[in-house]
Amino acid sequence: MTFQVKETPEIFDVVIVGSGAGGGMAAYTLTKAGAKVCLLEAGSYYDPADPQYITQMKNPWESPRRGASSTRPFGDFDAAYGGWQIEGEPYSAVKGTEFHWFRSRMLGGRTNHWGRISLRFGPNDFKRGSLTGIGDDWPIGYDDLKPFYDKTDKLIGIFGSVENMYNEPDGIFLPPPPMRLHEHFIKKAGTNLKIPVIPSRLSILTKPINNERGSCFYCSQCSRGCNKYADFSSSSVLVIPAMKTGNLTLINHAMVREVLTDQATGLATGVSYVDTKTMAEVSVRAKRVVLGASACESARLLLNSKSARFPQGLANTSGVIGKYLNDSTGASRSGFVPSLMNRDRYNEDGVGGSHIYSPWWLDNNKLDFARGYHIEYGGGMGMPGYGFGMGMHNNNGKYPYPNGETLPAGGYGSRLREDVNRFYGAYIGMAGRGEPIPLETNYCEIDPGKVDKYGIPTLRFHYKWSDQEIKQAKHMQDTFEELIIEMGGIPLGNKPGPETNYGLEAPGKIIHEVGTVRMGDNPNRSALNKYQQAHDVKNLFVVDAAPFVSQGDKNVTWTILASAMRTSEYIIDQVKANKI
Amino acid sequence: MKRRDLIKNITLTSVGIATAQVLPAQTEVVHAGKPKKQKSNYGRTPDEVKRDEKLASDTFFTPGEMAVITRLCDIILPAKGSSPSAVQVGVPAFIEFIAKDMPYQQVPLRGGIMWLENYSRKLFGKSFVAITPANQITIVDAIAYPELASPAVSAGVSFFNLMRDLTLTGFYTTEAGFEDLGYVGNRPNNWEGPPAEVLKKFNF
Repeated sequence: MTFQVKETPEIFDVVIVGSGAGGGMAAYTLTKAGAKVCLLEAGSYYDPADPQYITQMKNPWESPRRGASSTRPFGDFDAAYGGWQIEGEPYSAVKGTEFHWFRSRMLGGRTNHWGRISLRFGPNDFKRGSLTGIGDDWPIGYDDLKPFYDKTDKLIGIFGSVENMYNEPDGIFLPPPPMRLHEHFIKKAGTNLKIPVIPSRLSILTKPINNERGSCFYCSQCSRGCNKYADFSSSSVLVIPAMKTGNLTLINHAMVREVLTDQATGLATGVSYVDTKTMAEVSVRAKRVVLGASACESARLLLNSKSARFPQGLANTSGVIGKYLNDSTGASRSGFVPSLMNRDRYNEDGVGGSHIYSPWWLDNNKLDFARGYHIEYGGGMGMPGYGFGMGMHNNNGKYPYPNGETLPAGGYGSRLREDVNRFYGAYIGMAGRGEPIPLETNYCEIDPGKVDKYGIPTLRFHYKWSDQEIKQAKHMQDTFEELIIEMGGIPLGNKPGPETNYGLEAPGKIIHEVGTVRMGDNPNRSALNKYQQAHDVKNLFVVDAAPFVSQGDKNVTWTILASAMRTSEYIIDQVKANKI
Repeated sequence: MKRRDLIKNITLTSVGIATAQVLPAQTEVVHAGKPKKQKSNYGRTPDEVKRDEKLASDTFFTPGEMAVITRLCDIILPAKGSSPSAVQVGVPAFIEFIAKDMPYQQVPLRGGIMWLENYSRKLFGKSFVAITPANQITIVDAIAYPELASPAVSAGVSFFNLMRDLTLTGFYTTEAGFEDLGYVGNRPNNWEGPPAEVLKKFNF
């Protein structure tokens, strides 16, 4: 390997780092407006319609491990490459704290792994500080984002139902799919318990919205990527259409090291990246720099972009970059519903994910924790994969066969066929996803003395849940148990108690992290203004979830998309006004 | 693949065990309990292809160990009616692959086989595969029922639970398994909710 620094000859109007939801939307919006854009992606190319990448509609026996998670954390058929650990790209956590950092090195980033759950933040989600005295308000409100949520709904497509719930704003919805059988059970139990159960809001096309994309054919495999482009992935819906404008230069295998600046003007002049195939150092020059590398990666990039003029890292006069890192809370429980035994068989795949969910329904003023959660549900007669039929000895001794006979748990032989058949589709699961309190003491920072295989200094995390999140998880567990029992079900396993923080997942495991380059009106307490533009560097923007002051109990992708569109339109306006 | 093709793919291995594997048409027929060469047909990255090829070319279990695994698979899930047995659809080879793919399974599997062999020698003076089928069932009955088993054989119970788990997963993730289960998904369709008679049955 010879060490060399290359420079692209062209000066782009904009260089974007990262091709996920934020970077993809910025690339789409800016190229459609005529800007010459360079999009850098650290991983490989990917197109869910190209047979060389397709895992959709494959049968489990096509994988020698039957889809187990040995190489991909969500199984062989999940579309997303990467995971919580990537060879040669380490990170660490301060002793006594933990954070698990999921990265997808591929076109579309982590939009290749998500449940297509597309919830708008509600009016209250932007002002938790003033409403509760805990946390901070955003510099914008729901009304600022609403037009962009609307445009995102129309551009990308989402199904759902109009519910007129104040903090769960309705969108412009395609029709939702009918409920599966176990979802009817859940809805009935929820109604009895006064827990709302409404149609999910997923970015899946139950009807066609244009000629470029097909509509859902109900294989339930959105997590594998859709060869008909009938769900949202950044690759199929944003980046590939952006390439068709002729205005986009996509460079894969480009691991960005730092943002380059002009020391005289203090403006960004481009970025420098490592070509991961050749290990060559390349710089891309551009008039504006947009970061959509993911919350932690964008923070890392800014902290690593140190110079004489910006000794604390770029755009970090406030010292806030890396701080207020927060991931959703998560806890789950499963149950067995005897009345769903011996089910009639039919194709129950449906769309990818649950057709129903429960938005937050209680008043935190009457509870011992300050933020809410929503519930996602699972169950049904899904396709067997690795793990199917396991743990039979925990259940098959408990229920009589049709002839009234009960056999001792475990066993062997033909009874196991009968067991598998009678229990199929009788299991349900539920998972809470809740809003955490963003804390200054939860942060990522540059790990002193440590680098990855590209020589880029790595991150060290410091993250601990507070009592708020633990109490919220306790409430989730109580609710799950009530719901399962109300359905006539039996909760499985032991109820998670204080010894496990009530089953509260470790930080980073829900992959909803936000907050590390926060926006605000006060440049001493925030890195970005209300347009996600750096206070210190006016031609530098962040369009992933790093700018978010908080995350509601709403999966953040739809808000990343709406915000990235808003920031991109702001960039266009500023360029037209000759301001950047 | 139809059932008749499945039976065609049953081959006799070096240890005289019938094995078969339901794999896509472009995959070569299985020999000695492991695929010789498996072309990727499901969106693998180059690194994943390399890893899978390496795993496929490695051998973990000895022929003697494979014989024990095969006999247990046959006891756990024999053929029934037109549905083939776990062994006929290649579950022993699947278990060998899992042992290579998930190193944490290696000690419980190999150690479990060793425990079983030792227990068989204590009771009947011979290796598990060398004793009579009736004596094999005597041993299996001692370890197949977790709530009835003597604490003295708890290691055997754990091993048998693991073998039951892997055998069921291995079988039901094949085409024969789908058929036995009546799984009719993984194909394009138009979802309009459960059939009316199903909803009616539950008063929805």
